[in-house]
Amino acid sequence: MKTVGFVLTRLARDRSALFGLVLIAALLVTALLAPILATHPEDVFELHPAERLRGPSAAHWLGTDRMGADVYSRLLFGARITILIGVIAVGASLMVGVPVGLVAGYYHGWLSDALMRVSDVFLAVPQVVLAIAIAQTLGPSLPNVILALSATYWPWFARVVYAETRALQKEVFVESTAALGASPWRLTVLHVLPNIASPIIVRASIGMGFTILTAAALGFLGLGPPPPTPEWGRTIAESREFLPDAWWYATAPGLAIFLTVMGFNLLGDGLRDVLDPRLRRARIARDD
Amino acid sequence: MTELLSVRGLRVDFVTDGGVAQVLDGINLDVARGEVVGLVGESGCGKTTLARAILGVLPATAARIRGGEVWFKGADLLREEAAVVNDRVRGRAITFIPQDPYGSFSPVFPVQTQIMDVMKWKSPRASIGRARPSPFSRYPRERWRADREAVLETLRAVQIPEPARALRRLPHEFSGGQRQRLMIAMALLPQPDLIIADEPTTALDVTIQAQILRLLRTLVKERGVSVLFTTHDLGTAHEICDRVVVMYAGQEMEAAPADAFFARPAHPYTRRLLASVPSPDGEIRDIPGEVPSLVNPPSGCRFHPRCEYATAECSAGRPPLRALAPRHGVRCHHPVDAPVGAEP
Repeated sequence: MKTVGFVLTRLARDRSALFGLVLIAALLVTALLAPILATHPEDVFELHPAERLRGPSAAHWLGTDRMGADVYSRLLFGARITILIGVIAVGASLMVGVPVGLVAGYYHGWLSDALMRVSDVFLAVPQVVLAIAIAQTLGPSLPNVILALSATYWPWFARVVYAETRALQKEVFVESTAALGASPWRLTVLHVLPNIASPIIVRASIGMGFTILTAAALGFLGLGPPPPTPEWGRTIAESREFLPDAWWYATAPGLAIFLTVMGFNLLGDGLRDVLDPRLRRARIARDD
Repeated sequence: MTELLSVRGLRVDFVTDGGVAQVLDGINLDVARGEVVGLVGESGCGKTTLARAILGVLPATAARIRGGEVWFKGADLLREEAAVVNDRVRGRAITFIPQDPYGSFSPVFPVQTQIMDVMKWKSPRASIGRARPSPFSRYPRERWRADREAVLETLRAVQIPEPARALRRLPHEFSGGQRQRLMIAMALLPQPDLIIADEPTTALDVTIQAQILRLLRTLVKERGVSVLFTTHDLGTAHEICDRVVVMYAGQEMEAAPADAFFARPAHPYTRRLLASVPSPDGEIRDIPGEVPSLVNPPSGCRFHPRCEYATAECSAGRPPLRALAPRHGVRCHHPVDAPVGAEP
């Protein structure tokens, strides 16, 4: 807990990281309190053709869409889907990528080579293209989007963990732990993993932004959850035919995606600086 | 004197891209109880390989042990079961002080966590006889307290100020010298019979070096612990050792008590080595010729191509051990009998 407090204090001193943190906090609050904050919560599913494509007003803060639903309210509920996709996809990627990287990094031999070549195959194809292919094959739905993103994002974690594990193996403290008879399990989980936690956390934060962006791209291409789900990418796709007259229709979800992705990236960059234990001494020295 | 450690005819090869390097060529070494032995030699002569071979931690991928024996307290460590060596010897009866005080601690845990983690398995109070420690096994509360008390006491002995507070700090909050003191403390804590110190002061600056060497010597003499101390620095060897063994290209050349070693060295290589220490008058006398390749080493005595006394018999076979005085032996057909500086 001391560590969490430490990280937060340090983050608060880094302006851009703090901004990122605020954006992410805002996103979380929005998603959590969507039913309370929304002015027309029922509009997620209900249609009001009579009020379609109205501009921003007191009744509809961000205007209405082609079905006459309140853009603002749908945006808030869209945040829930975005977070759901991001958290589950990154979580699943972590669950697969980190063990794969640890095993490949710890062992030297065919197993290590095999695991890393498999992850290379995934990295060779651009993530969006691969995710489109998977989502297209499985059919458009929320679980399939998450599956497609997880299946394409885990090699990034495997790469990071593999490289860090290999680098650590040359350290005397890891070597001596092995020499004292620690089992591979103990060595990797209790000694290597805590040492490489920072790059994993940073990767996860940046990966959230990246995954959300890709999810929006899939939604835009119609491969996301089917309507009437208020997914941001799909909303932008729907709004295209009404541009430039109904400018609010595309602007709202576009800005939402932009701010979310930027928030995660700034937070990730800030975390990278704060979490590196080798930089801590310099920072503490400067602060005193 | 009773020998605690006896290395006999140890041969170790390294498989490299350039061929098989014969890094240790039938090396012999003795360490008596309570004795501080300096293993001296140029970089690349096999000091570290010998130290690691004794500990049984040679890199598994490249190193091949071709023969020889490592006798320690009546057992040949090379033929003993791996689990037994791991449980009773490594980290317990033989401990290690590494060269680099920076990579020796994990940067993310406080020093206490790391010292107690080793003490959990290797404390003199820990029971012997587990094949493999489970990460979930408990550290008995009473023993933890006793071990921590011992840790604090040892930290005081290595002159770490405020040991209780120091234990809560992270490794980077210590200076290099302090970290090496912590390493010495960790090496002493299991109450070993032998400490292998692999150039423990090369990474430190000269004033700190002398302090740490003196401290190490005092502590091991108090406790009757033997030390095998590898170094390329003759001054360091002079400072700390009871006896010095000189290695050249994987063979031992001469072993002598420290005073005899520096006053009356018998092996031509030892004499050359001592003469090559830069003198205050600025003159540097290096040894003519080049360090031999270990892939195609010279036959017989590996120093013969560079030796002014070399004859045909030197290349024919390895010279037998010649005892000049008690515990002073030389492997040379033409040992020099004169004080240092006076060449016959």
